[in-house]
Amino acid sequence: MLTAILVMAGIAIVLGAVLGYAALRYKVEGDPLVEKIDAILPQTQCGQCGYPGCKPYATAIAKGEADINKCPPGGEEGVKKLAELLGVEVKPLDAEPKPKAVAFIDENLCIGCTLCIQACPVDAILGAAKQMHTIIASECTGCELCVAPCPVDCISMVVLKEDLPHWKWKYPVFRIKQAA
Amino acid sequence: MRTLHRFPGGIHPEEHKAESSARPIHAPFIPNRLFIPMRQHIGQPAKPIVKVGDKVLKGQMIGQADGYVSTAVHASSSGVVTGIGLHAVAHPSGLPDLCITIDTDGHDTWTELQPLDWQSLDPAAVRGYVRDLGIAGLGGAVFPSSIKLDPKNQPIHTLILNGGECEPWITCDDRLMRERAEEVLQGARIMQHLLGAQTVIAGIEDNKPEAIAAMQAAAEKLGLQIEIAAMPTRYPGGGGKQITQTLTGLETPSGKLSTDIGVQVFNVGTAYALARAILHGEPLISRIVTVTGHVLGPQNYETLIGTPMGELVMHAGEREGTTGLIMGGPMMGFDVQPEAPVVKATNCVLVKSAELFPPKPRELPCIRCTECARVCPAQLQPQELYWFARAKNFGKAQEYNLFDCIECGCCSYVCPSHIPLVDYYRFAKSEIWAREKEKHAADIARERHEFRLFRLEREKKEKAERLAAKAQTKKAEAPTLTTDEQDAKKKLIAEALARAQAKKAGVAPKNTDNLTPEQCAEIAEIEARRARIREMAKKTIEPEKHL
Repeated sequence: MLTAILVMAGIAIVLGAVLGYAALRYKVEGDPLVEKIDAILPQTQCGQCGYPGCKPYATAIAKGEADINKCPPGGEEGVKKLAELLGVEVKPLDAEPKPKAVAFIDENLCIGCTLCIQACPVDAILGAAKQMHTIIASECTGCELCVAPCPVDCISMVVLKEDLPHWKWKYPVFRIKQAA
Repeated sequence: MRTLHRFPGGIHPEEHKAESSARPIHAPFIPNRLFIPMRQHIGQPAKPIVKVGDKVLKGQMIGQADGYVSTAVHASSSGVVTGIGLHAVAHPSGLPDLCITIDTDGHDTWTELQPLDWQSLDPAAVRGYVRDLGIAGLGGAVFPSSIKLDPKNQPIHTLILNGGECEPWITCDDRLMRERAEEVLQGARIMQHLLGAQTVIAGIEDNKPEAIAAMQAAAEKLGLQIEIAAMPTRYPGGGGKQITQTLTGLETPSGKLSTDIGVQVFNVGTAYALARAILHGEPLISRIVTVTGHVLGPQNYETLIGTPMGELVMHAGEREGTTGLIMGGPMMGFDVQPEAPVVKATNCVLVKSAELFPPKPRELPCIRCTECARVCPAQLQPQELYWFARAKNFGKAQEYNLFDCIECGCCSYVCPSHIPLVDYYRFAKSEIWAREKEKHAADIARERHEFRLFRLEREKKEKAERLAAKAQTKKAEAPTLTTDEQDAKKKLIAEALARAQAKKAGVAPKNTDNLTPEQCAEIAEIEARRARIREMAKKTIEPEKHL
């Protein structure tokens, strides 16, 4: 009887030690689910979801505080992917998806106030105090955060047109002839 | 005699070669206006180096290679640059692209040409020269040749000259080999020198006996160790991986190029262009184009790059009932507008009519007959790929090696349900590429955003540290003043204050005596207004908070 208790206690101590060591040795920094959700989000950092960036929104989704349909730049496609990852029902997007656009500064009007530079979440605006500013179009995510702070309204969003390097083959459709 | 091997799949479509192969190559004509696209090759488009109004000579560089995977573009005839902007180009999208417009003067004056002593020069210098002369693969892929001629990590043991020309209707390589075999082989010799290849084989399909004979005669005349192999005619025998397997028996692994197994394949047209470039200094400004199909005189034309295709068709004799133009062959070509110019990739302009190319019958459901799998030269499962591409299940399509598809069109050709299978694969491929690009852009945006957060945090910390350090030094400096000095300072301040007060009293309004009550009221009102304005001003001065 006593031996059995000792053996069981011994096993419990050994296993406890192994588990305790493993918990310290293989500790995972941060929540892996947040990383997975963040990888699906489009990283525009636009705040249209009501959170100050994609990571905070991902964290909120992981905690179950936010819905999965709050990201207009991600579109229906993004909602589908999030639903698949989290194993929940697909919901219609909570906003109208907009065409992809980049910001454009009218350099004749810009007074060099740097307010847009402070607002840009990805440092895609180049300029200095009292110097003309310009958008680095290739880095712009189209978040529109620079539009509101501009005191002279010189920033506009330019919708990206389809050009040769960005053209995609269309889904094949066979046109059915109209019956007479 | 070389033992030939058989590549899997393949089909035997109607050849239609006789229409255009009987007549010799027509000399080039100079159109009134040339439209020379900057994007004629794979990789970065060339950068224009001329201005509107510049006079250019034939063979003068007008677009510079931009980046490693790029090549130069030249003026095809002498004239004046009249425009640099968007113009219709040969592309399946029908979208315009950057072109340089040259109004030709008809003199066709050459710029100064410099032949190269390729045997004594460093291979890297020769490759730089090839790049500046705009040489790109003329078989259809238009990959910059300077890169293909660089055996960087992978030693090349075999050089294959591709004279397969397996697509129906096209005969430009056939005529080239018949008429200019010597220069083709001279080009091959330069390639062999640059690559260090031991074996050189020219593969020609056996439906071109005259070309085979001409090449054999030229090889004997030049005394070159080049094997001329007659391959059985089967589409797509001229594909890079297919010709490699036919001639060497080596199979290119999935996701790799024939270069990775030590075989480099060049089109015979590229070898000819290289010979003209190195031995005569001529840049790539013209190529042989088959004009065939629904025209009065189907023939091969030596054509200046930038000649509108419609004009070329007019030269060959336009016929009534033309329903459109195809650039390339019926298997892999695509519809183009007649305004689109001939580019380095244009091997054929095929004129359509309702009899030759009747509208495709309606797409019917797939019946899973797997005829497509039997003819696929890449040994794929086209019926499965179709399934996944149609359902937009791109991950699964990639698992089934979608990217090994060479878009040869064999599957669509044999499909009894007339399904445009290749269109589905192209759609899936470009969708996957677009997504990868988007993912890459998102990764960069995330990185930049995280760095910005880190930078703001760091700046805040640095500012706090600076202020703390400043306060420390102030404290440390303060007690160095003696009591006498402090007293003197205090005295000075007191005196200044007294002076200021006296001055203030001095400037008090002097004409305020004897005022009527109305005037007093007016003054009070003005003062009140001033106070109000001061109050308002204070409010707007307050800095707005944005974050």
